[in-house]
Amino acid sequence: MKPLVLVMHTSPQQRLDLSPLVPLRLAGKTVAEIGKLELQTGRERVTVGDIFRLSGNDTTRVRIEGATDRLDQIGQEMSGGEIVVEGDVGNQAGRLMRGGRLIIKGNAGHWAASGMRDGYVEITGASGDRLGGPLAGETAGMRGGMVVVRGDAGDRTGDRLRRGIIIVEGRAGAYAGSRMIAGTLVLHRRAGQLPGYLMRRGTIVLGDGCDELLPTFVDCGVHDLVAMRLLAAFVKAQSAAAAAAFRVPLRRFAGDMSVLGKGEIFCATG
Amino acid sequence: MHSLTIKGIRIDDTFAEAFTMRATGVVITADTVSWARQAAVSMTGFATSVIGCGCEAGIDSELDPRQTPDGRPGVRVLLFAVSTSELQKQLQNRVGQCVLTTPSAACYGGLDGEDVLKLGNALRFFGDGWQISKRFGGKRYWRVPVMDGEFVCEALTGLTKTAVGGGNLLIMGRNGELTRAAAEAAVKAISAVADVIAPFPGGIVRSGSKVGSKYKASASTSEAYCPTLKGAVKSALDADIESVLEIVIDGLTAPAVAAAMRAGLAAIVKLGPKRGALRVGAGNYGGKLGPHHFHLRNLLP
Repeated sequence: MKPLVLVMHTSPQQRLDLSPLVPLRLAGKTVAEIGKLELQTGRERVTVGDIFRLSGNDTTRVRIEGATDRLDQIGQEMSGGEIVVEGDVGNQAGRLMRGGRLIIKGNAGHWAASGMRDGYVEITGASGDRLGGPLAGETAGMRGGMVVVRGDAGDRTGDRLRRGIIIVEGRAGAYAGSRMIAGTLVLHRRAGQLPGYLMRRGTIVLGDGCDELLPTFVDCGVHDLVAMRLLAAFVKAQSAAAAAAFRVPLRRFAGDMSVLGKGEIFCATG
Repeated sequence: MHSLTIKGIRIDDTFAEAFTMRATGVVITADTVSWARQAAVSMTGFATSVIGCGCEAGIDSELDPRQTPDGRPGVRVLLFAVSTSELQKQLQNRVGQCVLTTPSAACYGGLDGEDVLKLGNALRFFGDGWQISKRFGGKRYWRVPVMDGEFVCEALTGLTKTAVGGGNLLIMGRNGELTRAAAEAAVKAISAVADVIAPFPGGIVRSGSKVGSKYKASASTSEAYCPTLKGAVKSALDADIESVLEIVIDGLTAPAVAAAMRAGLAAIVKLGPKRGALRVGAGNYGGKLGPHHFHLRNLLP
């Protein structure tokens, strides 16, 4: 069986919700049936066939070619299979994912992997703000799984992260790991100002420091911890670059002491 | 009872009778192999027999840094008990008192299985609220702050309910020195077999027991194999046997126990009667108590 391939032939006039195009919701449907699926957009009625040329029949492997940043919610609530996107995507890619793999070969908008519970998301370009973070009114962000961003990430990366691992190989914006509840955030290159703002628990690893550290993080000394070796070994499988951040003894800062204070930021000392 | 002789060593036509047990395994790592081994030795101390120790435990193998979760040298330890609750209690107490306390040591699950026992989940409370949970790669680890840094311990380890305890070899020789030499050679060979332990001191036990006693005790000396009582009791020993040592083998599976007994027998036969044992037998209870019967004739080299 060949993967289901959707090649964009018409650029959407307005933002387009692609959340129906996940393996679970496509299972058992023919290409013709998929082409007639309605997609949410502005006032006009738009079907998959209006935007994409379809081929292939394996709905567990979906490939979207020629994507643009108007395509929102790709891979939303995905529970298995694989979606590969060639090009940029819009907001909330991989939101509430429960399993499977979402590979974005381009840039992603805001709230990528928002509220994700399990699975794997890889963004080869940059991601927008609030990677893994919750939408307004939600109490927790990402709750499991793994996200790897090969490029830069925007502000508030890992906002309210509760479980799972986020790796950013490029630079991260301000307030990375803000309000973290638990989980792990690995930032290979320099982070913006005030990482870990109001974090309660969880671990942030800074491979190249940050622009400004909160005064409410307290220095706990330089350590070579077994737990970091374990984490490095796991991270290395996904990102050799990020794993390099663990190779030197790390300085541990505990915080944010303005809240619970049981989080930690590790900074490379070498 | 002797059915055959191999290279001058008499092999009894009998079998070892073994029992189904609960078992688990852990991997202990440390900055150096000597500290990992030290933690394992402490943890498996006073764990020779379930009769008086609660569990039987021993070192299965030493692990290369490439074989351990954290890339440090390690040791795999196996524990056997008669019930899941006793095994959980022994695991928690022994890891808590002997591995948590060892400098630089960490502890990981050493057995996969659907059934699990608490490992770090039972010990994390030592952190008094400062313990940190980390979950990645499908496993949860606990980081407990201690005075040399952190004690890292995997949350769970596997449990098997089909382990086998009580495989054995009775090694008989013309004196203590030669019998020990044969037993030591057998233990060395058995230590190379995966998934088994010989829980007694140095892998060898000199006080083989029988069920029951004239006193209020569940087990007592096996007088039939005591050379000093040869003339006084219904002895199982020949006139030329003046010393008997036993190797008890526990394994995660029956094939593992059989492989260990086979390796031990081969080592004894290779050593020969002039430098080692004159005769090899096995202990059983008539075949009515244990479901696993390891016949020596099927295990010969």
